[in-house]
Amino acid sequence: MSKVEFNKETGPREVFCGLTSIVWLHRRMPDAFFLVVGSRTCAHLIQSAAGVMIFAEPRFGTAILEEKDLAGLADAHEELDRVVNDLIARRPEIKTLFLVGSCPSEVIKLDLATVAEKLNKRFLGQVRFVNYSGSGIETTFTQGEDGALKALIPLMESSNEEKLLLVGTLANNVEDRFKKIFRNLGISNIESFPPRQSTELPKIGKNTKVLLTQPYLSDTVRDLKHRGCEMISAPFPLGIEGSTEWFLAAAKAFKINELKVHEIISPLISRSKLALESHKEILKGKRLFLLPESQLEISLARFLHNECEMDLIEVGTPYLNKDLMKEEINLLPDNTKIVEGQHVEKQLDRVRESNPDLVVCGMGLANPLEAEGISTKWSIEMVFSPIHGIDQAADLAGLFSKPLRRNQILTKKTLVTN
Amino acid sequence: MELTLWTYEGPPHVGAMRIASSMKDLHYVLHAPQGDTYADLLFTMIERRGQRPPVTYTTFQARDLGGDTAELVKKNIKEAVERFKPKTLLVGESCTAELIQDQPGALAKGMGFDMPIVNLELPAYSKKENWGASETFYQLTRTLLKEKVSSSEKISPLRWKELGRRPKVNILGPSLLGFRCRDDVIEIQRILSEQGIDTNVVAPLGASPDDIERLIDAEINICLYPEIAEASCEWLKRNFGMEYTNTIPIGIKNTIEFISEVHNKLDLPLTNKEELENKSKLPWYSKSVDSNYLTGKRVFIFGDGTHAIAAAKIAKEELGFEVVGLGTYSREMARQVRATAKDLNVEALITNNYLEVEDAMKKAAPELVLGTQMERHSAKRLGIPCSVISTPMHVQDVPARYSPQMGWEGANVIFDDWVHPLMMGLEEHLIDMFKHDFEFVDGHQSHLGHTATNTNNILNSDEKKEKNSKEGIIWTESGRAELTKVPFFVRGKVKTNTEKYAILRGIPEISDETLYDAKAYFS
Repeated sequence: MSKVEFNKETGPREVFCGLTSIVWLHRRMPDAFFLVVGSRTCAHLIQSAAGVMIFAEPRFGTAILEEKDLAGLADAHEELDRVVNDLIARRPEIKTLFLVGSCPSEVIKLDLATVAEKLNKRFLGQVRFVNYSGSGIETTFTQGEDGALKALIPLMESSNEEKLLLVGTLANNVEDRFKKIFRNLGISNIESFPPRQSTELPKIGKNTKVLLTQPYLSDTVRDLKHRGCEMISAPFPLGIEGSTEWFLAAAKAFKINELKVHEIISPLISRSKLALESHKEILKGKRLFLLPESQLEISLARFLHNECEMDLIEVGTPYLNKDLMKEEINLLPDNTKIVEGQHVEKQLDRVRESNPDLVVCGMGLANPLEAEGISTKWSIEMVFSPIHGIDQAADLAGLFSKPLRRNQILTKKTLVTN
Repeated sequence: MELTLWTYEGPPHVGAMRIASSMKDLHYVLHAPQGDTYADLLFTMIERRGQRPPVTYTTFQARDLGGDTAELVKKNIKEAVERFKPKTLLVGESCTAELIQDQPGALAKGMGFDMPIVNLELPAYSKKENWGASETFYQLTRTLLKEKVSSSEKISPLRWKELGRRPKVNILGPSLLGFRCRDDVIEIQRILSEQGIDTNVVAPLGASPDDIERLIDAEINICLYPEIAEASCEWLKRNFGMEYTNTIPIGIKNTIEFISEVHNKLDLPLTNKEELENKSKLPWYSKSVDSNYLTGKRVFIFGDGTHAIAAAKIAKEELGFEVVGLGTYSREMARQVRATAKDLNVEALITNNYLEVEDAMKKAAPELVLGTQMERHSAKRLGIPCSVISTPMHVQDVPARYSPQMGWEGANVIFDDWVHPLMMGLEEHLIDMFKHDFEFVDGHQSHLGHTATNTNNILNSDEKKEKNSKEGIIWTESGRAELTKVPFFVRGKVKTNTEKYAILRGIPEISDETLYDAKAYFS
């Protein structure tokens, strides 16, 4: 492991909770509905993050707890039953219904597992119910996907067939590219989790080799291991370097010659390096500060330093699973300062003191920092854009070079904003 | 439990944040988990604020719940006070913290600070955003002024005469994430100033706690947005005798009535009443011949109470529209909206469910929708033009240009915003004249190709349903052909009326003649 500097910080935070991941999960599985059991705050959070108005009827909603539900728990179960019945009558095309726990439902200890079990019996053969928590007292932003995937694992049948299982939501076009490359390498049996239809869950077993596409899936990994799956240890497929290592690790697990991998991906690498040049020109030597939010920060820092030659001031991460991030941390330059957790005020003090060229942060902080003359890139865009793989390396770099290019065009000074 | 796919209002603590973020020298410590920080982006993204909302989230986690969350609250309060040095501190909790009952307000008061502390108790499981904003502004006003209650005499609206100066008023209610508040304030101050009336304090927008303490230097209060300010105005009236206005100056008639009301209360002679009608272009634009086509246009209105009621009055009395639907999501304003609806002979729709609103919209078959951003989306799906008149806020509702809703310029803005989405009068006339020419066959009437397509889709899907309907009405070929000749923007209405007529008369098949029979019957 390279000599990185680990720090921990606690205090007031500025991050989304796990409910936010519903925004991309519901798009990945169009036959699923996500029902949050929570408060008006939960409903307001998701609609503020997701641009809900564009949908005639979104495939996610909130069963909003009211005062009478808090009075007695039996009541709340019956009420939830009623809401689910109405919902299924209204949306008969739904195949899987996720009951998603929230901060208030966790605090009042609403037992969604029991509710799901009862509903599964009643709607047997029609709708499947699973439950997980996306609450902000337990999960941060992307971690919600970890909960949702973990909840699906018990529904996956067993099979000893040898296969490569890509785990973590990918944009469909990126997934297709990856599968094509793996087939060219000679791996023919490839499946994705989550699948494109919630009912088409891959079968798993001792010959399933799991390759993670996203770094925020600790619980899912643990349960897949319990089911006998073999984990392929690799950095994450962000940028050319990460993607190359990722393909190599998979090939090794399937005993495919390393030369074959290089033969297939080297044309991709050369053209991607070419595409990366114009972005590198802008990013080179610029100083980067990453605030914790998406959990992709460590991989992004590795890419932006190693391939785009940016200097890393501080790499924030909401939480750190050293085991899962081992390969990434190995690729970081010596003396990288990693800060796990957050005290947003102290961290912003450090941002101002260090005078960075670019700050990666959440949407709540972006305009205020811009108003102070500090360029920003909001991190939520990383989870909505196709950024994985060799072919997307330049697009990924583009997310960071664009705000800097824009600043070169516009006059840079502190503006009156209100 | 209530299934909600989308909500017009956020939770009450977001209302409190609107007050805190609108003001200066104030800080709000909110006992809440990390996810609640999403609310910051409402201000920094939608309002494009260059400052973070002055809010500290205690960020408690599951592991803290077994331990001492009260200590966590105190730590955050201490740090926030040291760092931000607010002149007044708001302390409250969001939905989750309400359940663990740490009573952060009481904790703060026990910490020995010498600044005023406002303890906000906003029931998250029964109340919503506007209520939260109103309650916060009220509690803040009360906390900062309660000591002056006993010592001060009742404030006479005529006091300015004794003091030998121009009358002074407060403008209460404008806040961030309120619809066009920023520009309404400028417009109303300009109007008052022209009448020789000075503004003492505008609050909460741009005010500091010191300004709140100065509220009683004015003679009367202008209650500009009752959703936010009525509770405070009422308290100031009860305790200091300060009168407040009831008229909302949106539209020409209401603006004139508002000016009269202010003059009456202050006993200030209104000398330029005749001039007032000409301060805005709306009356002449509405009178000019080009606007003839606006007569009887069917409008459907839905929004917050204040803007929906004002829109109904303007639509009917100043633009000559026919109001075919009126509703609000503001339960606090339900009584007033019902009364307005009754005067217009429509049934008021009071709901927080946007699907119900879309349904009512479809049934009313309007030619124009005045609603929130959600109604804009629903209207788009139905192929009906729409103008946005109310919160919830969207980044488009914070335009760069000066764009008030109130006063003279507000009336100008309203005329343009409502009329432009409709086709211009001349265009409509020409289309009517040439509707049988080949250029105007279906799909070519409008530059908005999708509108025509959408209308067809609606008709097609309706047709499928109707074959299975229990009335069993069938459209014959001649009936169908005649229906396509009807201009697309009234086709839906003609179709519904003809079917209604057929059911009434027990006619099983609709031919071209049935269409004309129905037309004669309903005209």
